[in-house]
Amino acid sequence: MKTKLSAENLNISFATKQVLKNVSVEFEENKITALIGPSGCGKSTLLRSFNRMHDLVPYAKIQGSLKLEDMDIYSKNVPVTEIRKRIGMVFQKANPFPKSIYDNIAYGLKINNLPHDKSVIEKALTEAFLWDEVKDDLKMPAHRLSGGQQQRLCIARAVALRPEVILMDEPCSALDPVSTIKIEELILHLKEKYTIAIVTHNMQQAQRIADHTYFMYLGEVKESGPTQDIFENPKHEMTKNYINGVFG
Amino acid sequence: MQHNKLRLSSIVEWGTLVGTTLIVCFFLVVIILEIVAKGIGSLSWEFISSIPKEGMTKGGILTPIIGTVLITLITALFSIPFGVFCAIYLNEYAENNWLTRTIRAAIRNLSGVPSIIYGLFGLALFVQTLQLGTSLIAAGLTLGLLSLPYIITTTEEALMQIPNSTREAALAVGATKFETIKDVVIPSAVPGILTGVVLTLSRAAGETAPILFTGAAFYISDTNGYINQEFMALPYHLYMLSTQHQAIEEVRPIAYGTALVLILVVFLLNLSAFYIRYKFRKNEN
Repeated sequence: MKTKLSAENLNISFATKQVLKNVSVEFEENKITALIGPSGCGKSTLLRSFNRMHDLVPYAKIQGSLKLEDMDIYSKNVPVTEIRKRIGMVFQKANPFPKSIYDNIAYGLKINNLPHDKSVIEKALTEAFLWDEVKDDLKMPAHRLSGGQQQRLCIARAVALRPEVILMDEPCSALDPVSTIKIEELILHLKEKYTIAIVTHNMQQAQRIADHTYFMYLGEVKESGPTQDIFENPKHEMTKNYINGVFG
Repeated sequence: MQHNKLRLSSIVEWGTLVGTTLIVCFFLVVIILEIVAKGIGSLSWEFISSIPKEGMTKGGILTPIIGTVLITLITALFSIPFGVFCAIYLNEYAENNWLTRTIRAAIRNLSGVPSIIYGLFGLALFVQTLQLGTSLIAAGLTLGLLSLPYIITTTEEALMQIPNSTREAALAVGATKFETIKDVVIPSAVPGILTGVVLTLSRAAGETAPILFTGAAFYISDTNGYINQEFMALPYHLYMLSTQHQAIEEVRPIAYGTALVLILVVFLLNLSAFYIRYKFRKNEN
């Protein structure tokens, strides 16, 4: 098994508040890794550090080593746009651009100087299980799609750039059960090509889709392993309590 | 008893609110009716397409209409780029420190400065120091200064309405900060920015005090509108016809006609602002 993405001894603080403490994680290639834990445990912060989303926060302090294969993600020699092209992201709330469905996919390709003809757009939308639903309305504003369709459009937008890793920050938390199942099927399908890291609050979801699971609590990784082991045989009392819904 | 008391107090509350609203509307309607009633008689194609004649007791108001259009254009050319870019800097780039907060507070305060002060400032800076003389350009720049704080404030508010998740969406596909702002943030904020710009310009078009010392003329005979010369403008023409003219009674119908045209111009500008908002809302949903 090849490690695609990793963090070692990662410490992140915002102003005086330390959010991550000595976190080390590894995401294997073509696997789905879930990050679970109660709100405020730092799982989203960890996820967003991989595509340098914290660069926007002037008082964020990041120490430790983050690597995409052997490349240092925070190296001064690598442009941040290159990192974000190789590590895509899907957000908690679907955030399509205020543009047409077509342009939502084409925009990322354009600014990265990649080909963006119709066949490329079609391929990305097909890969995100959306093509059949929108093929006749490509010029329609993306805002008119349903919530679930918008989130699949955001996945298509990420996929279109042929990233190596896709980070997903609670991608189903704002969706109904039917849309959620569709997206889960899509994620399982995507792992053949991409390495996926997903933050989720839904224990069933983690069990349904994740190969590996990290349990985090108050900025630290408490337990990790194959998803089945974590859920059926948690070593820590805290993990056990959390997955059984004692606290959350 | 308790029940009656409640009912009485709610009637009083309701009555007070409705009453004050009605009183405000009453005066508004009276003003507009008065101007329409007395101005409509002078209104004709002839009135808006011919220049003032015979010491402004006859003829139309073409010259001040041209002046108002030109000065509004100069105001727009100056205040829109500066105002919008400044707002983009403040909202998207500036760090939230004491300097930024001071600049922002200063801009908010500037929008409260009386317009006559802008007129005096324009006289000192543009007319005298920069040697532009009393001219279209000096008055246009003065009105531009007056408009800046409004354009900055409304643009900043429009940018603030754009959620951070929209910015993150663009960054996450590899857009630079500049591309994010240019391609995603500004297009989303355009309806808000345009509405603010149009409302500000309609206000500027009706201002008298800032152009009083900086370029507005009592009377000029040609309509060419040179940028370095004095000009006639609707609000100043109205002020002058109502208070400064030697044959005040004779020119009164022209004054009301001018007032009506000015109100129509401002009304049309405001209407276009509403239309812009409506159109973009419709597109979004």
